[in-house]
Amino acid sequence: MTTTDATLAHPAGRPHEGTATRTHAHATERSSGVPHGASTRIVVAYGFWIFLISDIILFAAFFASYAVLSDNTAGGPAGRDLFEVNTVALETACLLTSTLFCGLAGIGANARHGRLFYGAMAVTFVLGAAFVGIELHEFATLIERGAGPQRSAFLSAFFALIGCHGLHVTAGLLWLLTMMAQIYAKGYRDDILRRMLCFSLFWHTLDIVWVALFSLVYLVGVAK
Amino acid sequence: MWGRLGWQAIPWEQPLPLAASAVVALALGAVLVWVVVKGHLPYVWHEWLSSVDHKRIGVMYIVLALLMLLRGFSDAVLMRAQQAVALNAPGFLPPEHFNQVFSAHGTMMIFFVAMPFMIGLMNYVVPLQLGVRDVAFPTLNSVGFWLTATGALLVNISLVVGEFARTGWLPYPPLSELTYSPGVGVDYYLWALQISGVGTLLSGINLVTTVLKVRAPGMQYLRMPMFCWTTLASNLLIVAAFPILTATLAMLLLDRYLGFHFFTNEAGGNMMMFMNLIWAWGHPEVYILILPAFGVFSEVISTFSHKPLFGYRSMVLATMAICILSFMVWLHHFFTMGAGADVNAIFGIATMVIAVPTGVKIFNWLFTMYGGRIVFATPILWSLAFMTTFVVGGMTGVLLAVPPADFVLHNSLFLVAHFHNMVIPGVLFGAFAGYTYWFPKAFGFRLHEGLGKAAFWCWVIGFYLAFMPLYGLGLMGMTRRMQHYDDPTWRPWLLVAAGGVALIAVGIALQVAQLVVSIRHRQALHDETGDPWNGRSLEWSTPSPPPLFNFAVLPDVEGEDAYWHIKQRAREQNQPRKEVDYRDIHMPRNSATGFICAFFATVMGFALIWHIWWLVAAAFVGAFATFVVFAWRDVHEHLIPAARVADIDREHRDRVASGGNPRSVALRPSA
Repeated sequence: MTTTDATLAHPAGRPHEGTATRTHAHATERSSGVPHGASTRIVVAYGFWIFLISDIILFAAFFASYAVLSDNTAGGPAGRDLFEVNTVALETACLLTSTLFCGLAGIGANARHGRLFYGAMAVTFVLGAAFVGIELHEFATLIERGAGPQRSAFLSAFFALIGCHGLHVTAGLLWLLTMMAQIYAKGYRDDILRRMLCFSLFWHTLDIVWVALFSLVYLVGVAK
Repeated sequence: MWGRLGWQAIPWEQPLPLAASAVVALALGAVLVWVVVKGHLPYVWHEWLSSVDHKRIGVMYIVLALLMLLRGFSDAVLMRAQQAVALNAPGFLPPEHFNQVFSAHGTMMIFFVAMPFMIGLMNYVVPLQLGVRDVAFPTLNSVGFWLTATGALLVNISLVVGEFARTGWLPYPPLSELTYSPGVGVDYYLWALQISGVGTLLSGINLVTTVLKVRAPGMQYLRMPMFCWTTLASNLLIVAAFPILTATLAMLLLDRYLGFHFFTNEAGGNMMMFMNLIWAWGHPEVYILILPAFGVFSEVISTFSHKPLFGYRSMVLATMAICILSFMVWLHHFFTMGAGADVNAIFGIATMVIAVPTGVKIFNWLFTMYGGRIVFATPILWSLAFMTTFVVGGMTGVLLAVPPADFVLHNSLFLVAHFHNMVIPGVLFGAFAGYTYWFPKAFGFRLHEGLGKAAFWCWVIGFYLAFMPLYGLGLMGMTRRMQHYDDPTWRPWLLVAAGGVALIAVGIALQVAQLVVSIRHRQALHDETGDPWNGRSLEWSTPSPPPLFNFAVLPDVEGEDAYWHIKQRAREQNQPRKEVDYRDIHMPRNSATGFICAFFATVMGFALIWHIWWLVAAAFVGAFATFVVFAWRDVHEHLIPAARVADIDREHRDRVASGGNPRSVALRPSA
């Protein structure tokens, strides 16, 4: 490539540290965010929404397979024989409450209010971890009773659908801890606040998916 | 310790793949040694491997596609040669190897040739056409590319370590279940596609956000070049369809690894659900590939006809209509499932309806050319060959959309002829047209015209020779994927098809020669002005190759064909040069995140295929750590001072003012 290009990619020395905070503020001409148009915050959140849509489609595929296979119990137990609505209600309460605290944490971060942010994030984590714990316990009980995913196509689809959501929550917990560490280490920087925004969007989406799961899998499964 | 991996994994008894991969390994090793010895390693690392510049990433996508095209094509040569000799004879490929060859051919060509070629063109061109300096998420873009490369690498590793799937390019169960495919072949396929599928999804999110949120001032939706519209449509389809692929392949993986029963014969599994799910992704995938190509043809035909695109708004409408309709026809891939006459009729009609917006496009291109002063350069030749050939493929497609006809023709060579008749002229010719058209933009010199035209004729005639006989063979009853056969009346047609492939091979050799000759004569083919074809959209207003920041000052767009109007106005007003207010530009810093992440993804994929669980865990931790390190970065951008921007821009303006080189002028019609 031309020499001009080569030199451009390596401006002499590292940019001074001062740019770090400025990069996301109101630079006159941003490289990706166009001056007249969307701010970086909008672009990032917009892109993350697109990702969430794709994630919801992923769940839709697992929902569809569950709908197809939910009656294929192969002589094994069906939903009404297995599901314990009380436990699942507790699980649901954990997750929905955690979303409230996730929202509070977002407010705390935006207000740069340390105690509110860390406190709310910690509660979110505990509730999220409790959710995953109850779910793992439910899985273990089912497998112990001989109703593991290998038993029938219905149970395969069930474990995959619920497990996919559980994996998302687990990934969310990992992300949550990373976010807390980032705010602790770097402070309330614009780029980190944008990540916090994406994290809460993610956490809320998992809630919405769970509401569908709870209704369509557990409630319908028990009623059938 | 090493799971299922052992020395027996290397196919010592099969000299062909071993020799082939030894050659590839030697070539790669030689390139690596050359880079290191010559001291190019820092340049390669900083300017390419860790670059987050959309132009560099676009070029790397296309290089990957071209390399994989050679691999996929050599598979095609093997198949045609085998069928040419295998009349009442075993031929030279044993059945289990033949099955791997046709599976690898399809997988390679769709996922690692067509996809990266199109994504590469979109990456390179779209920000330039939109008049902006970068994509929405530069580092994510780099991660997406490297994950795609990981997938390609895993498929190629399967050549030497283990085996590849023998199930066809879509691993239909129950054949692909553990019971019938106990080896690692299907696992290679699944993990390679899962990893590269994530890469494609990231690229799709990035490009959708770019087109919708990052545009130059005044670049309203209905002022965007057609290629940006087709990019938007194609990437919307990626975002909507690829998660279905990920979910479907995950289900098959659960079946194979943990004994689930999604698609198995027993315990209530439903294998037809796989066909439904995979084609709910697979049919949109066809349009993910072809829509960007439609965009390329629109740009090329309009530029070389020196006319605005005819029926721009109807073209936009047709594109978005195809985008939606593509999700409503998946069942035509398996009419024989037994869904009943009503369901089949609905999907048959929906399939025929798709031909309407496509027909609108064909007529628009024809009317664009009508009355234009057409310059028959190589890119428009590819476009013309596309239009004529694609119409033939489209008609056989409408024929196959009639369920009773499909019952007779399904799984025959007629089908094979049909989809090659769509994908080769549609996607591949589109890719070649785009490659020739934007090459001078990317590298600052044009490709050799004579060799390009020679390669073009070899490809087109070779295509007809290779695939028209397959229509006849399908009607004569020859099914697809036959390792040998006993009907002597098929033989002559298979020989003609083999001849066609030989001609295509000459075409590919000429393309390689074209690249080499063009590089050697780059001074003579130099593009001074940045506008070698008298183009209409904003990418031609930048120097060739464009500076890192694309535009010194962001353009102000006032209508369609933005650059054409800028040129017109400049000519009319004969204005003296305006002094421009240059400012500092911030550009994203390079990041090795993509490359390192892909390294861990490769290790993780390989470990998963061979059940080396500790290595899976280690690679996952590595990948996560890479992201955390990236997240901890303090400085995201570097600054290019206004004075530097001004120097680069003035130099380009001076060159344009001095008139450029006479050759590029000669290509234009006299004003």
